[in-house]
Amino acid sequence: MQEIMKQRASVLLQEGKVDRVLGWQAGVFVYDITPSVFTNAEDLDHGFVYNDFCGNNLSKYLVKESRKEGIIAVFLKPCDTYSFNQLIKENRILRDKVYVIGIECGGKADIEKIKADGIRGVTGITGEDDTYIVDTIYGSTQVSKSRVLLERCMNCKSKKHVVYDELIGDDGEVQVTDRFDMVEKLEKMSADERFEFWRGELSRCIRCNACRNVCPACTCEKCVFDNDDSGVAGKASADTFEENMYHIIRAFHVAGRCTDCGECSRVCPQNIPLHLLNRKGIKDINEYFGAFQAGEDCEAISPMTAFTKEDVEPGTLHTKGGN
Amino acid sequence: MQINETSEISKFKPVIVAFCCNWCSYAGADLAGNNRLNYPADVKIIRLPCSCRVNPMFILRAFQKGADGVIICGCHPGDCHYTTGNYYARRRMTILFSMLDYLGIDRGRTRVEWVSAAEGAKFAATMNDFAETVIKLGPNKRLGDLRCRK
Amino acid sequence: MQKIGVFVCHCGTNIAGTVDVTAVAEALKSEPGVVISTDYPYMCSESGQNIIINAIREHNLTGAVICSCSPRMHEVTFRKTATAAGLNPYMLEIANIREQCSWIHKDMPTATAKAIVLGKAAIAKVNLNVPLIAGESPVTKRALVIGGGIAGIQTALDIAEAGFEVDIVEKSPTIGGKMAQMDKTFPTLDCAACILTPKMVEAAQHENIKIYSYSEVAEVKGFVGNFTVKIKKKARYVKENICTGCGACMEKCPQKKVSNEFNLGMNNRSAIYIPFAQAVPKVATIDPDYCTMLKSGKCGICAKVCTANAIDYTQQDEYIEEKYGAIVAATGYNPISLENYDEFAYSQSRDVVTSLEYERILNAAGPTDGKLVRPSDGIHPHTIVFIQCVGSRDTSGCGKQYCSKVCCMYTAKHAMLTREKYPDTDVYVFYIDVRTPGKNFDEFYRRAVEDYDVHYIKGMVGKVAPDANGKLMVQASDLISNEQLHITADMVVLATAIEPDKSARSLATMLTASMDTNDFFTEAHAKLRPVESPTAGIFLSGMCQGPKDIPETVSQAGAAAVKVIGLLAKNKLTCNPCVAHSDEQLCNGCSSCEKVCPYGAITYIDKEFKRPDRTIAVRRVASVNAAVCQGCGACTVTCPSGAMDLDGFSNRQIMAEVDAICR
Repeated sequence: MQEIMKQRASVLLQEGKVDRVLGWQAGVFVYDITPSVFTNAEDLDHGFVYNDFCGNNLSKYLVKESRKEGIIAVFLKPCDTYSFNQLIKENRILRDKVYVIGIECGGKADIEKIKADGIRGVTGITGEDDTYIVDTIYGSTQVSKSRVLLERCMNCKSKKHVVYDELIGDDGEVQVTDRFDMVEKLEKMSADERFEFWRGELSRCIRCNACRNVCPACTCEKCVFDNDDSGVAGKASADTFEENMYHIIRAFHVAGRCTDCGECSRVCPQNIPLHLLNRKGIKDINEYFGAFQAGEDCEAISPMTAFTKEDVEPGTLHTKGGN
Repeated sequence: MQINETSEISKFKPVIVAFCCNWCSYAGADLAGNNRLNYPADVKIIRLPCSCRVNPMFILRAFQKGADGVIICGCHPGDCHYTTGNYYARRRMTILFSMLDYLGIDRGRTRVEWVSAAEGAKFAATMNDFAETVIKLGPNKRLGDLRCRK
Repeated sequence: MQKIGVFVCHCGTNIAGTVDVTAVAEALKSEPGVVISTDYPYMCSESGQNIIINAIREHNLTGAVICSCSPRMHEVTFRKTATAAGLNPYMLEIANIREQCSWIHKDMPTATAKAIVLGKAAIAKVNLNVPLIAGESPVTKRALVIGGGIAGIQTALDIAEAGFEVDIVEKSPTIGGKMAQMDKTFPTLDCAACILTPKMVEAAQHENIKIYSYSEVAEVKGFVGNFTVKIKKKARYVKENICTGCGACMEKCPQKKVSNEFNLGMNNRSAIYIPFAQAVPKVATIDPDYCTMLKSGKCGICAKVCTANAIDYTQQDEYIEEKYGAIVAATGYNPISLENYDEFAYSQSRDVVTSLEYERILNAAGPTDGKLVRPSDGIHPHTIVFIQCVGSRDTSGCGKQYCSKVCCMYTAKHAMLTREKYPDTDVYVFYIDVRTPGKNFDEFYRRAVEDYDVHYIKGMVGKVAPDANGKLMVQASDLISNEQLHITADMVVLATAIEPDKSARSLATMLTASMDTNDFFTEAHAKLRPVESPTAGIFLSGMCQGPKDIPETVSQAGAAAVKVIGLLAKNKLTCNPCVAHSDEQLCNGCSSCEKVCPYGAITYIDKEFKRPDRTIAVRRVASVNAAVCQGCGACTVTCPSGAMDLDGFSNRQIMAEVDAICR
């Protein structure tokens, strides 16, 4: 797959159809993947990498890249295309400056899970149906995908590319998933249990802002936490309140815009399951305001900027269990 | 049920912030005063142009600084002075309250109530009821900021 | 740092009675920014305002906090005071320590402590205030009056006489309203039509008045001085400017079994009709629910007999868009329906009638040509029982809690007219109280009792039951003599409660004008601003604001007209300066704010910004039209970054208030 993509990108560059290519590059280790912009076929040849560690959602980088001179090509997995669409809708990406190549995806691997499974010295990975063949300096092993997939890939919501200029591979279907199961489980707990759970998680937050920096919905010119006039400006969480506040406000701001790309949880150095917070927002919106998938349709209006005369009252919360 | 403030048995005096919209609920609060109705002095009202002006940041700020309960009052849906403001407020607060509950914050600490300018009695009754609910829940610890404790 | 003056008002004993105002002034003296803190019995009085003005000048104050009654009461007053002293009027905040403190709490220490907290919140806010300059918007010099009854007509005439153009929109085919259905009016007993019809004609002929009859308001957009209204002209199937009102069509129309609304269903009219002889405009209207031609394509007789060729079966509803500077609501009232009052046998006997129906019976142009006869058998009644307060002052939940105000007087009127014309008819009036507060009203009622021998009995009627002979058995109690009464009556007249017209609620939503739970339009202030809605540019005239009789309606109509004239006479209106603005350095152009703005005040522009490396970046940023923005703040919350903020109620100001309260 990597070679096919590399080839295609090279051709596009050489034909002059695009001026730059946004893809991935490996760092010291093959699983240290960074998004990277390639400006010529040679660099592409040397540096471009695509494997099942390429979980990075490239759409956010286009906010800056699409405003530069020339056209940029980008490879988007199905989940990434939703983020791309959402950013188009919010006028952040200039659509005509981007050439989207949709690529198939069977799920991406989580290096932390692989390491936790005892596999060390990873040098490569290939995916086949529901197993991975992991190459290491000690030889190759097979491991079942369900053990090592990224958290978000465990409930892949869609193999369908909602936007592309061309496709490599086949387009897929929207999936039926159980991505709200854990959210439901938490909802059914008592308030005390939930408080314990979230304190356990959020107290480990170090305000590295990785979640904010990687999130396609968090593309504000200046974040509210950096804006001195907002009243909540701050670089660190000085106490439990601020630990909560940062995440509550971020979750509220992305409500209705979060495409559930799962990047926030992937990049958190403290392994905080942030997707559980954002999925709660999505679940609530689906339940109260009608099923809505952000990024599916460029023209759709976010439920948080719409209303009906018969909306539920906030007091409906008191009719729910789990108290 | 009205709380007779001169024979208040509970020692806990909650801090309650009420965000009221200028056109309906603030006027309703004024009417409660005109009619000399009673509700606890723990309730302090902040005037806003519309319930849609209420930012979750304000609610969190109130809890941070020591509030035990926050109530948002606006015009009845359909009667917003700005036509649509309270519809948005309604959606936003539904999501916010649900999120706070998800994090384990007591449900009774937040409320939205629609009070019109003619409903002085409803305003007083609502504040009495809300104060009672908050007193039962006790002081806000879960969303408090230790640095702001008195 | 600001230099803030704090002025605590006693409001006589209204505040000082339960709040230690001196202690409040003392406590607030030590707040950040405060340079002077004082108290005074009546801050809003001239001497009180002079204290403020002098303090501003003497101490070079940059901000002021008034601890007093509600800002809804005197914010405008104190802003003017600040302006007079040379201080920007928006550098002033009010702490409401009366309606929301001294009048609520009885315990002085508690109330004082709360007043201090509210004062601190206001001071914290003012510390962050910035001077605001109000913008200006133009005024369309045209008024819209919704409702063509006596209230609407009088308002329109007064506005027109002042030289402004005014449109009347009336949903029935003619103007005139309920007064046109009346026979005589109290307390003078002049003929209603005689005093109303000249006004109707004057309205029709006035060069400044345009009447849209058989029309409704479909949509209202805009704000004070700049309303855009869509009016739906319903299809009459008759060309209004050609029809001469000759009535030939009515005569020849074969469909003569349509219930006549003007006579409250007591007789019939034809499918093509002119509501009454003095209708304005005197133009026929075809009722599409009963016209054979419109329903099945067969007939067409009216078109054949019309010498003016005014019939047009193909006519469609027409939508007209017009611009207005002010709108007056004059939608009037209706008697309530009597479905909750079965005990009075209204649906069981045709001889139990409402007062309005009785009015039509007495009227010479009514269903009985003015002869007082029983609707059931046409026999003259010898005993009539009038029941007051049917549906009014009702706390049981079946009717209205309020007093309908006009019923005592009109029942006395009906009683007197009946006794005068038919001295052989006995008249009983069952009442709870007799309310006759107006000029010459009590004398009027006394004549009924003393000169006309009307039997006024203080008591309630429990039941009215039709008997086998077609009479009505009235079971009542006399509370003064403390006995049960049984009266065999020939007719019973129910003084039905009045309620606002059903169209008023949807109209209120269109106008964003507040209504109370009884569907009466609320006034901006019950005593001081009785003819204005809190929504700027909307005015109230007549019964739609509250029960009132004709003299009061005409007074109020004139008052509403004066307010409209005061508005239209201006060439420019000062806008509200507390509007939203977007910090273009922070805005990312995501366009979420535009979606929640009710007024379409937000647009986007591509702006050039210099990057640190001196290159130019073009960014799409939001731009708020300050003249259109009404300052609701919905956009400020939709904006995640906080780039959008609201002047006068900024994020930091509100947070400062929260901080002060929760301290």
